[in-house]
Amino acid sequence: MSDSRRRLRRPSHRPSDRVSRTAAAAGAAVGGSLAVPVDADHLPRATRRDVVRERYFKFSLIACVAVSLIVLAILLIDIVRQGAGALSMDFLNNFPSAFPERAGVQSAVMGTLWLMAICAFFVVPTGVAAAIYLEEYADRKRWFNRAIEVNVQNLAAVPSIVYGILGLAFLVRGPFGFGRSVLAGGLTLGLLVLPVVVIASREALRAVPSSIREGAMALGATKWQAIWHQVLPSAIPGISTGAILALSRAIGETAPLIMVGAATYVAFNPDGLNSAFTALPLQIYSWLSSPQEEFKLLAAGAIIVLMAMLLAINSIAIVIRNRYERKW
Amino acid sequence: MAWKVKEEPAPGGAAPDVTPQGEHAPTGAQNIFELQAVSVRYSGNLAVKEVGFGVPTNRITALIGASGCGKSTLLRCLNRMNDLIPGARVEGTITYKGQDLYSPRVDPVQVRKRIGMVFQKPNPFPKSIFDNVAFGPRVLGMKEDINLLVENALRRASLWDEVKDRLKDSALGMSGGQQQRLCIARAIATEPDVILMDEPCSALDPISTARIEDLMNELKDRYTIVIVTHNMQQAARVSDKTAYFSVEVGDNDRRYGRLIEYDDTERIFTNPSDQRTEDYVTGKVG
Ligand SMILES: Nc1ncnc2c1ncn2[C@@H]1O[C@H](COP(=O)(O)OP(=O)(O)OP(=O)(O)O)[C@@H](O)[C@H]1O
Ligand SMILES: [Mg+2]
Repeated sequence: MSDSRRRLRRPSHRPSDRVSRTAAAAGAAVGGSLAVPVDADHLPRATRRDVVRERYFKFSLIACVAVSLIVLAILLIDIVRQGAGALSMDFLNNFPSAFPERAGVQSAVMGTLWLMAICAFFVVPTGVAAAIYLEEYADRKRWFNRAIEVNVQNLAAVPSIVYGILGLAFLVRGPFGFGRSVLAGGLTLGLLVLPVVVIASREALRAVPSSIREGAMALGATKWQAIWHQVLPSAIPGISTGAILALSRAIGETAPLIMVGAATYVAFNPDGLNSAFTALPLQIYSWLSSPQEEFKLLAAGAIIVLMAMLLAINSIAIVIRNRYERKW
Repeated sequence: MAWKVKEEPAPGGAAPDVTPQGEHAPTGAQNIFELQAVSVRYSGNLAVKEVGFGVPTNRITALIGASGCGKSTLLRCLNRMNDLIPGARVEGTITYKGQDLYSPRVDPVQVRKRIGMVFQKPNPFPKSIFDNVAFGPRVLGMKEDINLLVENALRRASLWDEVKDRLKDSALGMSGGQQQRLCIARAIATEPDVILMDEPCSALDPISTARIEDLMNELKDRYTIVIVTHNMQQAARVSDKTAYFSVEVGDNDRRYGRLIEYDDTERIFTNPSDQRTEDYVTGKVG
């Protein structure tokens, strides 16, 4: 009677129950004899299923990595095979030309460098300042701060052509009227990557532990002093990595530059903010759309140049990150 | 001399008379802080209720009590660090050298210049050892030679000999005990009047702890120290005054901290006047 009631309360199909019972049984079987290691299941081994699952998971991760590496490798090899022949000092030094053997990318490279510089000058201070406001000062209970936050996320996903239209309407024409200049182009690219910089900088600021802020303020620093002298320097690796990756996205953009009216045939380097300009992606685009086969090879050569620039920029990001890497 | 907080708070939240009138530390020292009916709320939830006592100048005052009784909260009231927590509200009055610490005319930044703080977890800035100590004097615009200031602070924190050859190295490469002494050096570099320490030794081994306790004893004649500790022996060893807090359970199971007893440390540990204090310091509870 009492036994059945106990069974009712503790149904024996509960696995934990079963384990403890077999363990008890094993103990009983050993009886009084001493310290013989018993293969009891109170320390169960990893089940076959767990092991298989673990292996399967690891394998699929490696497979994913392999897929992206292989695609990248094929792309690179193909481009290099086609374009290597076009590469030469002349190719780098010449300006575009109607004759493929005399055409080069100097104005495009210089245009891209100008765009990057203008873009960086605009986007880094603006983006970091916005991130500092959102991360350190904004009261999240206020609706407009929340609205800004959500919209920064959304802006990062807006297609680049839309930024091109914005640049055309506001920077090239409209209130600013910069014309079809390298300034308008650089600022358009800046607007395009601003959300990315804001988001990356916010993340970098958020990663700085609040004990740093408290430590600084407990010494009598003002909030701004704490941010400027302690929080911001600690966030530099993250911010610069984010900013540089944003820049490398910017220099690969074509659509917004077409929109703001960058020329494709520019036989001179930009000589000022108001100068007309071209850029590498545009040059590539224009060569690719040419019917002559020789120009297509030049395009492949220009792609190699562009990728070399991207690689250089990204390695700067890596160097900065390693240099300033911090453990808390 | 000993006095107890009244059990029943006055209805309607009126401040009960918990401050001993005209009473001071037995040594005749002045009180640098006077707390009267101090309550702290986080987003409306009471964390500390109607605490009142006085902190004597150039003495070490220990705050002890079970976890969650509001020791850190109260400590952070003393240099207005709670201002940094959204939703934290402080009621009652806290005076510092006779001046209302929470008067609207008081700038919390000025308060923190005079009342330094050392945190439970060492929190050196990710910079060089030198820069860690120099940061305070620099932001305060102290005019003295910065090298001298840093050296003095490190000497007083008995860290100088260990680090004098590697002042330019990252502070993050130091041991936990060294980091904590660096934080103390950083706090004393700005020449504050008071140093608040929130469980400064909880992450340290007994030897580092002993060094910091020695340090506190040396610092005592220049600074007022308020220390939160879970270590009864530490409170008994280093402090002159001890305040014991306990957690009370109010309506709807809300928990808040109250001051149970405040007295000379010797008295608290040998002959407390409240049974709860005795149970706590002898390890019967908590
Ligand atoms: N930032 C905060 N926001 C909301 N509530 C808080 C905050 N800090 C502390 N509290 C609450 O205030 C009460 C007292 O906390 P406090 O940290 O002061 O306790 P303590 O005595 O220092 O405990 P411990 O010994 O564990 O450090 C706790 O109930 C805690 O939940
Ligand atoms: Mg605490």
